[in-house]
Amino acid sequence: MSGVQAAVLGAVFNLNHPAHVVHWHFIKLPLANVIVIALMLVAFALALVLPFPGAARRGGDAS
Amino acid sequence: MSGSSKGSWTVKVREAAVEALPPEKLLPDGQPTYVASWIYVFGVASIASLFVIIASGTILALKGPAWWHYTGVGHFFNSIHMWAVELFFFVMVVHLWGKYWMAAWRGGRTRVWMTGAITFVVAVPTALTGYVSQQNFDAQWIATQAKDGLNSVGVGAFFNVTNFGQMYSYHVLLLPIAVVALVSAHVLLVRRHGVVPPFELDRRAAALQSEGADTAGDATVPTGARS
Repeated sequence: MSGVQAAVLGAVFNLNHPAHVVHWHFIKLPLANVIVIALMLVAFALALVLPFPGAARRGGDAS
Repeated sequence: MSGSSKGSWTVKVREAAVEALPPEKLLPDGQPTYVASWIYVFGVASIASLFVIIASGTILALKGPAWWHYTGVGHFFNSIHMWAVELFFFVMVVHLWGKYWMAAWRGGRTRVWMTGAITFVVAVPTALTGYVSQQNFDAQWIATQAKDGLNSVGVGAFFNVTNFGQMYSYHVLLLPIAVVALVSAHVLLVRRHGVVPPFELDRRAAALQSEGADTAGDATVPTGARS
């Protein structure tokens, strides 16, 4: 990665600070982990509702 | 086949293996209709991630410690390895959620569920030993944090996260062997018992069986699903 590319990425993601932490009662999680957990929940929900290519052709009603 | 070879342990093992997993079950050319859903994709995505982890980890092991810090190619493979691990856990957790909510231990699939659950439990220390084997400040930070947790449960004397040699051995040999063995067993058990059907199909199959109907020809219920 060139210095210019690194500078551009650095402008988008400012990492020059302590990690952000989500603190709610006894739950204390880094923001990055909270985002990953949220993405997993989104992937799970989408997997349940999005139609699978070719599912209708196979005669199944699973989606 | 001679009479004496029938008592051979190799023959017994072969016959037991073929009985448990005949070729058409081991390498099927189709899956039940209900498998055409995105939620069933996360299991094979976990295996695909594991392949990338093993391949990139093998390259890192061949080149040895420190290569991944001082060369661009080494850094690239280190990143591939790390992000494949992130993806592995991401898809494995979604796979776990999917199987939990469809009660995938139904129909005699207890061992399928248990091998999957144990794989998850073993994969966690496999990843941890990788993070503490990085040989950088991140590794030192994680190791010093983890040692307190491990000491608090009394295993620090046997599993010392500040001992690079021990952690590296665990990471590149002992734990990967355990994970690959468990995943292999998990996949073979899935082949043996079939992919767990949706609740509705399971109820219909049970009703048909209770009526004494022959369900062997029902294409939507995998053979051996109730074995």
